Amino acid sequence: MATQGIGAAIRRKEDRRFLLGKGNYTDDVTLPGQSYAVFVRSMYAHATITKVDTTAAAAAPGVLAVLTGDDVAADKLGGIPCGWVIKNKDGSSMVEPPHPALAQGVVRHVGDPIAMVIAASKAAARAAAGLVEVDYEPRPAVARLAEATAPGAPLVWDEARGNVCFDWHLGDPAKTDAAFARAAHVVELELTNSRLAPNAIEPRAANGWYDAANDHYTLYTTSQNPHLIRLLMAAFTLHVPEHKLRVIAPDVGGGFGSKIFHYAEELLVAWASRRVGRPVKWTAERSESFVSDAHGRDHKSHAALALDAQGKFLGLRVRTLANMGAYLSTFGPAVPTYLSATLLSGPYDLPAIYAEVKAIFTHTVPVDAYRGAGRPEATYLLERLVDKAARQLGVDRVELRRKNLIRPDQFPYQTQVALQYDTGDYHTTLDLALKAIDHAGYEQRKAASAARGKLRGFGISTYIEGCGIAPSALVGALGARAGLYEAASVRVHPTGSVTVFTGTHSHGQGHETTFAQLVAEKLGVAVDNVEVVHGDTDRIPFGMGTYGSRSAAVGGSAIIKALDKIIDKGKKIAAHLLEASPGDVELVDGSYRVVGTDRAKAFGEIAFAAYVPHNYPIETVEPGLEESAFYDPKNFTFPGGTHTVEVEVDPETGVVEVIDVAIADDVGVIINPMIVDGQAHGGLAQGIGQALYEEVRYDADGQLTNGTYMDYCMPRAADLPSFKVGNHVTPCTHNPIGVKGVGEVGAIGVPPAVINAVLDALHPLGVTDISMPATPEKVWRAIQAAKAAGKGA
Amino acid sequence: MATITLIVNRQTHTIDCPPTTLLVEALREHLRLTGTHVGCDTSQCGACTVDVDGKSVKSCTMLAAEAEGAQITTIEGLARGGELHPMQAAFQEHHGLQCGFCTPGMIMSANDLCRRSPDPSEHEIRHWLEGNLCRCTGYHNIVKAVRAGAASLRGGK
Repeated sequence: MATQGIGAAIRRKEDRRFLLGKGNYTDDVTLPGQSYAVFVRSMYAHATITKVDTTAAAAAPGVLAVLTGDDVAADKLGGIPCGWVIKNKDGSSMVEPPHPALAQGVVRHVGDPIAMVIAASKAAARAAAGLVEVDYEPRPAVARLAEATAPGAPLVWDEARGNVCFDWHLGDPAKTDAAFARAAHVVELELTNSRLAPNAIEPRAANGWYDAANDHYTLYTTSQNPHLIRLLMAAFTLHVPEHKLRVIAPDVGGGFGSKIFHYAEELLVAWASRRVGRPVKWTAERSESFVSDAHGRDHKSHAALALDAQGKFLGLRVRTLANMGAYLSTFGPAVPTYLSATLLSGPYDLPAIYAEVKAIFTHTVPVDAYRGAGRPEATYLLERLVDKAARQLGVDRVELRRKNLIRPDQFPYQTQVALQYDTGDYHTTLDLALKAIDHAGYEQRKAASAARGKLRGFGISTYIEGCGIAPSALVGALGARAGLYEAASVRVHPTGSVTVFTGTHSHGQGHETTFAQLVAEKLGVAVDNVEVVHGDTDRIPFGMGTYGSRSAAVGGSAIIKALDKIIDKGKKIAAHLLEASPGDVELVDGSYRVVGTDRAKAFGEIAFAAYVPHNYPIETVEPGLEESAFYDPKNFTFPGGTHTVEVEVDPETGVVEVIDVAIADDVGVIINPMIVDGQAHGGLAQGIGQALYEEVRYDADGQLTNGTYMDYCMPRAADLPSFKVGNHVTPCTHNPIGVKGVGEVGAIGVPPAVINAVLDALHPLGVTDISMPATPEKVWRAIQAAKAAGKGA
Repeated sequence: MATITLIVNRQTHTIDCPPTTLLVEALREHLRLTGTHVGCDTSQCGACTVDVDGKSVKSCTMLAAEAEGAQITTIEGLARGGELHPMQAAFQEHHGLQCGFCTPGMIMSANDLCRRSPDPSEHEIRHWLEGNLCRCTGYHNIVKAVRAGAASLRGGK
């Protein structure tokens, strides 16, 4: 079954319904008696609510109910919980403020929900929402890290002095100090990792239905992890046991992290349905998404790298401020700490590291995981710093990296920041990327650009990421309130077709195809005879969902584990039918064979025998052929590689054009190369988006000033080139597929490569720093400032 | 309320709706043609693109009443007899879709491009699709798919 198994670029099974316009996204679901919810949200970043008058709204045509924070309190709905507790340096726990589903007298960011209007039509709900009268007493607000950490800054929470949520550290400060003390060179850099809006093109939506006859809730929601949502609603927010709550995440139009988290709207539509006796659907408008979906990044760091006289890295010291927003989102505190600081060794042999992270509350939308989640921040910091080191020491950027990359013979490699990398070959991916971008011919192209009045720049980033999230005991020790295993169930039907139930969720990743390929590989069943089911807590035993590039490494491994149980059971049945010992039977190309003979039974015959057990080892083997498995990973996985970029800058306008992007990744064993390349493409677009175009901007009063697609610059087709994507595989050593993960590599590796390329282009003009996004205005201003300062060649 | 007659995918429908009803609302909520999507509120994302009298139109920027009497084609109207339209087939063959949310708009827009420019260059495709946002594919495979779709449309396949 090599043509359909691991390594085959088969076309996707899920495509047909999407191409025909027959996808089934949350907003497409309209239930009998459907009603519609619209939220009234705060227009202030920080205010006391003195009055919410719902009288006029409640009397408007078609309105079924207007619910406020008082109703939430009266019905004792739980606050939105945080899923990860970080400990301070002194061992105490982080400040964990309440997060009510609807505001309780105070609003803490623009977009904080205050009231919920439910009506028979969306138009009626929208019209009535305009009639809800909210009296605010505005209070001073802080949105940006610099202002939130200034002395005397307004407080988001009285209990968080200085707006500090936690003050955490990792690594060995004494060892790092010693490394700096003996350094021949120290390179320092101040960096901002810009704030982003994830912007899945499908806005978030939720449709709740309470079936009074059966005392049962159903929630359709745009989620990457329906079981996690059910767990949090059962245990913390709705207080309804799991068997009375079905969560369905049907087709989901992209997530990128923003649909991991439990949001208030999910809870509220389910609760409101019980109150009004009809299903309640809410669908975000895009401008609403900007002020209610968790944002990503928003770090400020000071970084210092110590090197010896030969350019060998000796130590790294990092201080980071991380913006948490006004409330703690589900995984928010884990992002700058265990998903970022732990990756500060990058792909380098770095003998001493010390990182300090202060998380800061601000009057903004909560910040949480967005594609890459912490790892782009670590990579950006390291790769900007290494480039600066090369300039400061007067050595070649590529050679400085080559000198410091972990060598293949150093694996497994124990970093100074808690992780142990199992395998990798960073020198080979470096060489492959340089070849793919024809680095040897670069100077010629640079001269050609110059002849056209353009400044050409080359940028590189060698990166690593930690994914395949995550060993449960380890993350539990680090503060996670959940285990991060994955579950799978494989049902072989009597005629030999197969249904796979996975606890991961596919919202673009192609699991319905890749997981079918695992079945084809193991059982020899054609992918057309395999159905992969995901996204429904009533159909799938359990699951932790899809994020952190975990689906193949953890979810796929759970499927393999269940398939192995199927194969073993089938062996016993086949051995009986073939009158052989189970130890002498093997499954090859879809048939159980007695080793060394031509006696065989097709897999389908064994399945049939399992369900029609007339001639069957019934004393020792149960009928049926269905197995479940839970898989807890032994370690994170560590994809890595090299991303290279060439840009052209127009010195007159500051416009940066990305001319070429060539990358070489090691994502472990590749199940479907077509899908893997596609994942890299999408990540690259988001990474280039961060580097050049995208940024959520708050003004000093906490107003989000670019919350539409007219104002927030999303990368469009004409902004990007085609991408050259290459791979070099070193299999992961600790999961049964050898897969590492590919979902986030593009967004992690490429931003520093782009900025390094821009700075390379601008180097002759004397520009030494630029922050993301490198917009034409920013580049132009940097050029003018350098000119005014008399810098440049 | 207004009574509006819409010809969608070769079928005539009469709907009663407020006169302010957008074409996309008429398609999604009245005719239950949910293949046409809404991804923004500023006519930027293009997920709602449909074909009105041979031109691609963002159906969030047109009143249903304005489309009265016009020939409207949505993504659901492209395949014939269970067989994918060449542009749909090209998107599958070249992995031009991931989550599938922007895909209907992309395909409707790409078909309009191919009518105007039967053999579009990569540059032309990238600029034509300026009004359609995709967050998954980085556009790389969409561009390949549109080129391939154009080629099969030229070949009359």
